Amino acid sequence: MQFPSRRKKFITNSQTELYGHPLQFYGQPPLENISLTEFEALAVDRLKLLKTIENLGVSYVKLSDQYTKKLQFESKTLNFPYRPDADDRKSQAGPIELEKRRKDHISHFILRLAYCQTEDLRRWFIQQEVDLFRHRFNDLNPKQKLEFLHRNNLQYETISVEEKKTLKDKLVKSSYAASGVTVEDQEFYKVPFQDALDLVRTRKVYLKAGYVYIPHHDIVTIVLNDFRTRLSKALALTARSLPAVHSDERLQPLLNHLSHAYVGQDYSIQKNVGKISLEQIDSLSGKSFPLCMRQIHQSLRENHHLRHGGRMQYGLFLKGIGLSLEQALQFWRSEFIKGKVDADKFDKAYAYSIRHMFGKEGKRTDYTPYSCMKVILSNAPSQGDHHGCPFRHSDPELLKQKLQFYKVSPSGISQILELVKGMHYQLACQKYFELTHNLEDASFSLNHPNQYFIESQKVLGGGKDIKREMDAPQRSQENSATRGSSAAPEEAANASQDLAEGTEELDSFFQDA
Amino acid sequence: MPSSDYDSACLPDILPLYYRRLFPFSQYYRWLNYGGVQKNYFQNREFSFTLKDDIYVRYQSFSTQTELEKEMQKMNPYKIDIGAIYSHRPNQHNTVKSGTFQALEKELVFDIDMTDYDDVRSCCSAADICCKCWTLMTIAIHILDRALREDFGFQHLLWVYSGRRGVHCWVCDEAARKLSVAARSAVAEYLSLVKGGDEMMKKVVLTDPIHPLSVCICDFNRESLAVVEQYFSRYALQDQDILGRKESVDKVLALTPEDVRKELQEDFLYEKKPENRWKLVKEQARRRRGTSKKGQYFEEEIMLQYCYPRLDVNVSKGVNHLLKSPFSVHPKTGRISVPMDLKELETFDPFAVPTINLICEELDRPRTGEEEEKTEDTKEKESEQDAAESRKIRDYKRTSLAKYVKYFDQFLDGMARSWKGELLKKSDLQKDF
Repeated sequence: MQFPSRRKKFITNSQTELYGHPLQFYGQPPLENISLTEFEALAVDRLKLLKTIENLGVSYVKLSDQYTKKLQFESKTLNFPYRPDADDRKSQAGPIELEKRRKDHISHFILRLAYCQTEDLRRWFIQQEVDLFRHRFNDLNPKQKLEFLHRNNLQYETISVEEKKTLKDKLVKSSYAASGVTVEDQEFYKVPFQDALDLVRTRKVYLKAGYVYIPHHDIVTIVLNDFRTRLSKALALTARSLPAVHSDERLQPLLNHLSHAYVGQDYSIQKNVGKISLEQIDSLSGKSFPLCMRQIHQSLRENHHLRHGGRMQYGLFLKGIGLSLEQALQFWRSEFIKGKVDADKFDKAYAYSIRHMFGKEGKRTDYTPYSCMKVILSNAPSQGDHHGCPFRHSDPELLKQKLQFYKVSPSGISQILELVKGMHYQLACQKYFELTHNLEDASFSLNHPNQYFIESQKVLGGGKDIKREMDAPQRSQENSATRGSSAAPEEAANASQDLAEGTEELDSFFQDA
Repeated sequence: MPSSDYDSACLPDILPLYYRRLFPFSQYYRWLNYGGVQKNYFQNREFSFTLKDDIYVRYQSFSTQTELEKEMQKMNPYKIDIGAIYSHRPNQHNTVKSGTFQALEKELVFDIDMTDYDDVRSCCSAADICCKCWTLMTIAIHILDRALREDFGFQHLLWVYSGRRGVHCWVCDEAARKLSVAARSAVAEYLSLVKGGDEMMKKVVLTDPIHPLSVCICDFNRESLAVVEQYFSRYALQDQDILGRKESVDKVLALTPEDVRKELQEDFLYEKKPENRWKLVKEQARRRRGTSKKGQYFEEEIMLQYCYPRLDVNVSKGVNHLLKSPFSVHPKTGRISVPMDLKELETFDPFAVPTINLICEELDRPRTGEEEEKTEDTKEKESEQDAAESRKIRDYKRTSLAKYVKYFDQFLDGMARSWKGELLKKSDLQKDF
């Protein structure tokens, strides 16, 4: 990576060439000199954009009208290219637009440096960049799309007219939203199924003998796959040249900070280890656990067993609220041995995985509790499972019964179900929080089961349920949490106006966004 | 052979015999070496052994067939699992820098386990199976085998009975072995229709291809339904009697739209025969299809929810996920994990699969029919110099394991034809230089 210490002449001509199209494949790294302040400002803005994309992806169907509008709005606020020029007669984009494209270009490459370091970071970064790219590519008009393919030398194999005729029926039936008429007018591309996984996954494409037949209409899938592959390779390469960048002591702390910002608070800092006794868990689960954890807890008590997905989600949550390894082992053992598992079997088959959770086995990663995003999006529950997000993974009818059982008012239930219907699962959970804690409006934005717990304890009287010997570290954590959330809206607002105020601000932005 | 004859306490005594005289090492090696097309393919493969008292040893690897044989005969594993092909030899994984030891390739595998069907079978639960619910596995194999071959174009599929309550599929094509994690999970999701945990009653929702989040009636589903339809009446209506007892009727009706449910409940008061009840359901479904109301496909949804294969997606996703090896013993039942010949799928009986003590007993039996066997064996003796080796071949042929090994051989012959192509290409390339 030649960035940013190399000296190259700033050539305006090459810039118009480089930024000639609203969308780019990021094939060439930027070669100009920029100040550290700008470096940071650009990076922070892109991070905000990517974070927005992540949040929107949970609340809305990707590429739905609302999703697109909100994303356009955010891009505009942050001064990124947000909409391809409506007037395509103007072949040369104006200087303001060029500046935005430059920002897009440079900020992308800065975040590559920050996000190439671990597998987790790479995965997150690629996912958000791919979503951003998809959104932008969809916003292009057909002519611009072709131009983009042409500029980047992207050629895909199309099928012949005869082949199309023989396959016509199949193509009409399997291709999402393609009707008989359009099958004839459209080019169809034939690619290995590995290159169009999104379509394969959802069965929205004709798949035969390992090849998918994609209408031009859906070409974004292949382009995206290309984009993803290239980005993934590029990140691996960047990671290799990272030591050189890290030797620059101006950049290293900055990059590290940027890469830590993406998850927000991970609730793995256990200042309150041992502050909860095992006897409290039952009562806490009714009062302060989010519905997902309450549900798992209940089924654990009923069945004296949990399958792997549930053990992970619940086990890490409990670790996050302060169970020590010894307590966790005792907790799980005492429950499991009431069922079909005897103590000996427990020690052999389950104790390992609990120690593993606490980073005491295997590669010794100290695992962090799952965020709402992770619970909602990954490892959906299947037969025999009780984990997942009750708002996302329950039949509405069952959810309704459950809420009735928990004495949520009928009007509250209908509000929650409305949110669920709109796929706003986290908002539904937050509404549940407000209703069960008698609050008009919770002053935080919920994105983590452990956050739910902490906030609930706060409302219920600063954690009176937790043992009385609440000492200094515990309190200080509570304080800082309070401060963070009450200051949130204000800071978030400032954040978008005032860009490069420093990275502390960034922290709070991501904690509360 | 009733499995009640088997007692896991006898394993330490008979496992040595099994690994010394019966385990088909040469075929096993032939499989995992894949014709030697890729360097170190066998050597970098992870094996893991479960020993007595559930002692679990991961990251075993072997440089040759002989080394594998010796080690297995020494350790006598209760259970063998196969893992991925790694960047380095798995038994040296601690000596390489962390992060560089990575799983590179593995067969695409599927694990179907009867416990995942507990909400739709009434005959047994958990680890138990019977010939009534085994139909579910037959349906699953039909549907998946067709899709993997026709849709994905894979050819070398090895179906294996797990030894207890399920089946495994090993897709051994080169393209399958090289799939990324994302591609594996996409394939698994393509094949999964039944979704949701215990908090979700209705696990299959079909729609016309309009709503982006649900499963549409596409070609794949039509093919799958065709398979399910063949079995549905016998399996669900007769064997499981899903429209007989009240609780199970309620469960089925819960999957229908509310207005239909009311009508059916009334109809069922007068109609008790499951076959006729199902006709009423179909009748309702046909009427509804003429309208534009929601829930048009409830008939199909019911059939799929009750019969469609349920995959353990996590097993298929991970490149480094371990799966029980073919010809491993199932320590709980004593049955051997045997490859299944799909030509005889309809008559496959899990209870007829030999247990380790059966085949070991068969070895001790006086050699009846030795004469006719001899003519076959003398040929092998000529080509095979090593007398011990040829005795081993004779050994498994005298047991009920023979037909499964024979089928495994056929499977390997099929794969060998594709290796030959690969090797030819390679040597051609070398000549060019």
